[in-house]
Amino acid sequence: MEIEPARPIPAPALAPPDLSQVGPPSSPLPLPKIFANDPAPPTLVTQGAEALLYRTTYLLPSIACALKYRPSKPYRHPILDARLTKHRILSEARVLVKCRKEGVPVPAVFALDEKEGWLMIEWIEGEVVRIRLNEWLQRRKEEGEELRARHEAVLKGLMARIGSAIGRMHGVGIVHGDLTTSNLMLRGGSEDLLADDKILEGEVVLIDFGLASQSTADEDRAVDLYVLERAFGSTHPRAEGLFSELLVSYGKSFKGATVVLKKLEDVRMRGRKRSMLG
Amino acid sequence: MSLLETVQLEHLPPGYDISLALFRNVKNSAFLHEQLLAGNTEFEYALIDASVLVSRVHALAAVYRAVSDLLGGRLRSRNVHSEIVFSLSPNNNIAESFRRFGITPATTSLLVIKVSLPPSSTTDTSTASPLSSPDIQAHLAANIEGDSLPFTDASIASLTDVARIKKIYKLNSGGGAKKTKGAVNGAGIHGGNEDGNNQDEVHELEVAVLGAMALRGSNN
Repeated sequence: MEIEPARPIPAPALAPPDLSQVGPPSSPLPLPKIFANDPAPPTLVTQGAEALLYRTTYLLPSIACALKYRPSKPYRHPILDARLTKHRILSEARVLVKCRKEGVPVPAVFALDEKEGWLMIEWIEGEVVRIRLNEWLQRRKEEGEELRARHEAVLKGLMARIGSAIGRMHGVGIVHGDLTTSNLMLRGGSEDLLADDKILEGEVVLIDFGLASQSTADEDRAVDLYVLERAFGSTHPRAEGLFSELLVSYGKSFKGATVVLKKLEDVRMRGRKRSMLG
Repeated sequence: MSLLETVQLEHLPPGYDISLALFRNVKNSAFLHEQLLAGNTEFEYALIDASVLVSRVHALAAVYRAVSDLLGGRLRSRNVHSEIVFSLSPNNNIAESFRRFGITPATTSLLVIKVSLPPSSTTDTSTASPLSSPDIQAHLAANIEGDSLPFTDASIASLTDVARIKKIYKLNSGGGAKKTKGAVNGAGIHGGNEDGNNQDEVHELEVAVLGAMALRGSNN
């Protein structure tokens, strides 16, 4: 039997990769429907695990606002997805409205659409404490000057203001759930940065209440402080020594704060997670 | 002649022109109220009792909410104009919102709002032919017996009944909060800002009201 010479198998014409199927390397972020009519796309400010933050406007071009958008997650069942999004948008809005009404420094709530998954809040002009503080510490380092006297007083002042802002929040029955120096802002324009003495000034504003809840439990409050203490330790080790200033001012900020400080000592001993053994 | 102002709101499609006119010493509220009850299509306005308004933004927020709900097919009341009145409400009771925020025979201060829909969207509503600003102006001048005021924060503030607003939006609980707020961030950070106290108060009232409107019916 004669074996037919193997015919050269025609190489299949390689189709150019279909980009629309494969997906471009950086898939475009989903835009909420609210922006559908805008001539220019909004500015994406930051992106977290759950939400996208845009800078845009509310009602009039003169009113800046932040829009926090929770896009739907394709891997979740649609009904569950809608319920989670709705719950989170509403709970964050409720907490912000309550805080603001009671005089806790937080952004105002302008509007929301729990079905579309967005929350529109006041735009806080300023910078997060993490950046301001690092900049300030860097300048001290360059000057080769130790954190003494005048400088230390400025930093102590900031710590005290943070402590009483947190105390005020706890005092109205809210815990933040994710206190870091990135979730604390100092109000004030960038021109203030030029004046060295002003870099740590400005009203302290608490932001990102995505993990916040209504609670008056000392345990929850102490964990808030503990999380911030750890964040300070890892992000600004040079300022860690002054965390006690924050706690002193916290202790004076509302009735029941001293109990929380006691509780904080327990939490430090065991960490953020409560032991499940007895 | 009435001082009619026309604005367009952010994020709404082009063509949704919002016309607003503010009046005080209105004498024919009973007549206007009757036109609404009778469903007279010549009076397709949101007629709002201006004494329960805090500011321009307060009114515009209600318009934005109503037009958004119209576009999203989520109107809860008869049309976009009644929806504006309902959008001012902190709860889901439509009839109550009309009594509180809408015109009543006793109303003396009045904000009139007209939403003009773009020509393309009027296929389903026979009466909603877009009116030009002079048409609206003429109609208001002929039918509202009152003194026209510019639609500014200052004019609105002169008509505002703060106590009533606080009652409607349940804002009396946090009365003492304001005083302690300054203490949170220490004194003197913003320099001498004592003159701005009243303005601050109005601003905080506005913020509280916007929050209550945004959370309409979902509070607990």
